[in-house]
Amino acid sequence: MRFWDGYKGSSFLELLAIEHAHLEPDVKRWFAELGQLPPTAHGTTCIGLRFTDGALVAGDRLATIGYQVASREIEKVYATDGYSVMAVAGAAGPAIEMARLLAIQFEHHEKIEGEALELEGKANTLSQLIRQNLPAAMQGLIVVPIFAGFDRRRKTGRVWKYEVTGGRYEEREFDAVGSGSVFARESLKKSFRPDASREDAIRMAVEALKDAADEDRGTGGVDLERKIYPTLKTCTVSGVETISETEIADAHRELLERRRRPAEA
Amino acid sequence: MSFPFYVNPEQMTQDKAEFARKGIARGKSIVTLEFEGGILMVAENPLRLQKLGEVYDRIAFAGVGKFSEFDRLRKMGVQWADVEGYRFSREDVRAKALANLYSQVLGDEFTRSLKPFEVEIVVAEVGDDGLAGHGRNALYRVGFDGTIQDQEGYCAIGGSVDSLQAHLAANYRSGLSLRDAVRLGRETLQRAENGQPDLAAEKLEVALLDRARSGRRFRRLTVDEVRQHIR
Repeated sequence: MRFWDGYKGSSFLELLAIEHAHLEPDVKRWFAELGQLPPTAHGTTCIGLRFTDGALVAGDRLATIGYQVASREIEKVYATDGYSVMAVAGAAGPAIEMARLLAIQFEHHEKIEGEALELEGKANTLSQLIRQNLPAAMQGLIVVPIFAGFDRRRKTGRVWKYEVTGGRYEEREFDAVGSGSVFARESLKKSFRPDASREDAIRMAVEALKDAADEDRGTGGVDLERKIYPTLKTCTVSGVETISETEIADAHRELLERRRRPAEA
Repeated sequence: MSFPFYVNPEQMTQDKAEFARKGIARGKSIVTLEFEGGILMVAENPLRLQKLGEVYDRIAFAGVGKFSEFDRLRKMGVQWADVEGYRFSREDVRAKALANLYSQVLGDEFTRSLKPFEVEIVVAEVGDDGLAGHGRNALYRVGFDGTIQDQEGYCAIGGSVDSLQAHLAANYRSGLSLRDAVRLGRETLQRAENGQPDLAAEKLEVALLDRARSGRRFRRLTVDEVRQHIR
């Protein structure tokens, strides 16, 4: 094949599908031949919320296989480029792969076209990935992400949630996904303020994850023994920032203080 | 029954080479320089269509000649690099392999097609001090016929290459500061036959592979930054 006959578009996903199909997992064949997959690791709770300066995404660090711990410090929140992040709950393997593909897709488009995708375009790309994963999701490998970023055209943070069909819904305030999501959402419902500062946003996220970990056995909270903290990332006008462990530890300590019962004092 | 004309292969190769050289000589030139903070590329280019491009974390591309041709080569490089990085790891994507790929594609095209590519390209890779064995910079220059040259320190492509190379040979020293490198790059471009005597910052396209960064090292200098350096 002469080289100019190759794929000329700007999508890495299409390039893979058209010219390197052997690198993509053939999920339909897996299930046709294997019937059912052995148990795999699942990630649990992630949240996304908007605040004054942008958007914040957070996730706990636990992955489970059934009722057992698969990993205590898995990473569920990924910077997909300089201005967007993705958090994933659900089947860990496909979820992490999805985050990796998404990051490559954004970078690839930017290099080919000389210009980054708009935030809406990035969110839409993730829809396509989730839709492609539908056959695997039908077999239990469900990936439910939250996508957030800073929209540089509209100067605001934006948050999206998804469902297995690739359906994409923009959230005005906050949302949570994963096994502890009900509790995280209940927590955020009470603490959320639209005019929250960065510090308030960190506080709300740490509290929501703690509430989720408190009620849901699959969600890992702050592991003081091993010094493992949840991951928090913000997207603002200055890009993606990973919140330091010290800051998370401080917010956590403050939360414990606030909740201490008078009898103990 | 018709017979194809006999064409002397030597004559044909010469004709094609001359055709390609003429095409390249009509365009503007690009200078690539190693400096203390990485690798700098300076192109005379007042247009918005870019001649310098990011390929991967530590790899950049520069092309002169016919835009449609070198830009297709640039895109092909990005495709190759991203697939390679996806298949293996980011550290496995190396300039030498990419330069070899370009060499083969261009060599093939030169022999097989009636019209050879009117392009010349540079593939540059900045070293990474954090990775043992990956510390050195690399510059590869690939010609229209697939000839590949491993360059050290500096390299010019485009029209009047010989006089540009001579100017660089006389004035280049290792460990240049960014400011000096931008100046030397601009000065060199002004020596080109079709070059302009006093190149303004707006007419320059400048990009660098920044050794001090991590991850994606490629960065473009803004017109303001360039103006600061050449003032």
